[in-house]
Amino acid sequence: MYSTNLLEKLKARLAKWNETAEKTRQKKSKPRFFTVSSVDIDELYTPDKVKGADNDQYYLDNIGLPGEYPYTRGVHHTMYRTRLWTMRQFAGMGTPKQTNERFKYILKSGGTGLSTAFDLPTLMGYDSDHIRSLGEVGKCGVAVDSLADMEILFDGIDLSQVSTSMTINSSASMALAFYLCVAEKQGVPFEQVRGTLQNDILKEYIAQKEFIFPPRPSIRLITDMMEYCTKHVPQWNTISISGYHIREAGATAVQELAFTLADGFQYVESAIEAGQDVDEFAPRLSYFFNAHSDFFEEIAKYRAARRIVARRMKNKYGAKDERSWLCRFHTQTAGCSLTAQQPENNIVRVALQALSGVLGGTQSLHTNSMDETLALPSEKAVKIALRTQQIIAHESGVANTIDPLAGSYFIEALTDKMEAEAEAYFEEIERRGGVLECIEEGFFQREIARSAYRFQREIEEEQRIIVGVNDYIDDGEEIDIPVLRIDKQVEVDQVAFVQKVRAERDEAAVKAALAKLREVAKGSGNTFEAILECSRAYGTLGEMCDVLREEWGEYVEPPSAMVAS
Amino acid sequence: MPDKIRVLLAKPGLDGHDRGIKVIAAAFRDAGMEVIYTGLRQTPQMIVAAAVQEDVDAIGVSILSGAHMTLFPAILEEMKAKDAEDILLFGGGIIPEEDKQELEKMGVAKIFTPGTPTTESIQFLQRTIAARRK
Repeated sequence: MYSTNLLEKLKARLAKWNETAEKTRQKKSKPRFFTVSSVDIDELYTPDKVKGADNDQYYLDNIGLPGEYPYTRGVHHTMYRTRLWTMRQFAGMGTPKQTNERFKYILKSGGTGLSTAFDLPTLMGYDSDHIRSLGEVGKCGVAVDSLADMEILFDGIDLSQVSTSMTINSSASMALAFYLCVAEKQGVPFEQVRGTLQNDILKEYIAQKEFIFPPRPSIRLITDMMEYCTKHVPQWNTISISGYHIREAGATAVQELAFTLADGFQYVESAIEAGQDVDEFAPRLSYFFNAHSDFFEEIAKYRAARRIVARRMKNKYGAKDERSWLCRFHTQTAGCSLTAQQPENNIVRVALQALSGVLGGTQSLHTNSMDETLALPSEKAVKIALRTQQIIAHESGVANTIDPLAGSYFIEALTDKMEAEAEAYFEEIERRGGVLECIEEGFFQREIARSAYRFQREIEEEQRIIVGVNDYIDDGEEIDIPVLRIDKQVEVDQVAFVQKVRAERDEAAVKAALAKLREVAKGSGNTFEAILECSRAYGTLGEMCDVLREEWGEYVEPPSAMVAS
Repeated sequence: MPDKIRVLLAKPGLDGHDRGIKVIAAAFRDAGMEVIYTGLRQTPQMIVAAAVQEDVDAIGVSILSGAHMTLFPAILEEMKAKDAEDILLFGGGIIPEEDKQELEKMGVAKIFTPGTPTTESIQFLQRTIAARRK
């Protein structure tokens, strides 16, 4: 990027510059100059801060060209000039019928991708009439108990024409099985079914905590599904390895990067151990990152992620197919950065975060709504969030050229630093026995809790200013944002419906399918095929999860993971 | 010197978002309180039983799933059933203003919403519990 000769000349200039700067340096506008992740940032970045960049090989090996190894500048040759990122907004609430109406509205407005949020009972493997589901049905997403609900959810929607993303993890196998059964009923061959499951159980233990079974059998559920999809549903993205929730739980940018990629490599290793060929499954793996408020730190994070994944997949796991080397990712703006105070300010936060995702080369983006710290987003707030993406895409000009910040001394130095720090975490994880051991021993959970508490203290000590929260406060502020509510009738209706489904199905067929699932869970067959059979017979999600709970046990967090900091 | 304030912190329902409650646990601990954190997915029965057994001054509950209008009343009812109404119940989470007011009317001592400094909840507990101990 520059010659060694320059470094020598620069040294003298910098020394002189420093003498003058020192005089004004005493007066600081704030006590610390640091990122959202509490990383101190230098006053000035000059060529010497990018270590090794005086060698031509630095650019060729570390930065390179978009669509080429190691993909620092992007996964595609022409990026947004050929196709903009997918603007994918997450939706789901109440009964399947209500969400179906919302889906049809999205498709009518020109959308081709659907993104489904499920309620907590569905995510936790309980039917709507289970005692633990009380008060939670339809609240954080749509309730799905059986194939009958999935039939309603996708009624009138041709599954050969849409791509569906489903945010579900512990019970992801059941959700996909229901979806495939709907395709079967529509006469759509599995080869034409397209979509993505989140299906990332490791980050559940680490951060989001919606786990059911212990880690090892959970990994088996995932590898069984990967194997099935590789053979029969080749267009399905089986897993979206997610850092989003790790970050929301309080992790720093480097922790998000390192823990997420470590999870991804764990899935790769597990599938290889289960006898699968890396180039058969790896091209269908994708990632999901957070876009937090520190603009440059986030951009460096995405660039480092692409480089790390490419290097590991090629060099450590021996992947030969270039598609296996790609870190394709979805981005969502940081829900945890939004404030309940002066909620309209959140529109600006989301815009800046979304911009970092785009400058970081994301493949798809969800922008949060300004009212999310108050309740589920209202229609108007959702629309503003989507418009924010459209303004970035069509008005700002940032999509005209690929990876425009490459070559910035600051961005390249930060990208290198994040890669090195992530590598240091990988070494520590390995030293501690690997990802599963780190989960069981509470390592990730403690690291994240420590960062979360530090962040809170920085706010309370006013080292960190959050506009409207600890400075620029509007006294006597009345929050005037309409709040969306889920009718209590949703739970009543959903409970009645699952009971009706159970009463009307062929009970003997369900019993036989559940018995088969139990046998496979105990033994070594493919659990996904057994789950598919149960689904066809209208076995419920809760019944299937109960069988697996009985055979595999339920995961309880170790006390070491519950430590506050 | 009065006894240390003893607080039971709990996550009821199916919601797994524990960032807030862990931050609160650390802040309360650093403010000199004795903190017992139950972990996730506690039923109202489990929470009240633990509070009685640990002889706490207060129960703090965090709910971000929207099930607060079901779970808080269930905990209050269980406290009544177990004759534990002398324990202070407070909470936090994504709770709309209207629900906050209704819950405080029902008997939840205080609901804290996002962005509240930890010092505010600490001072609230110190003040309220000192008054109760008099």
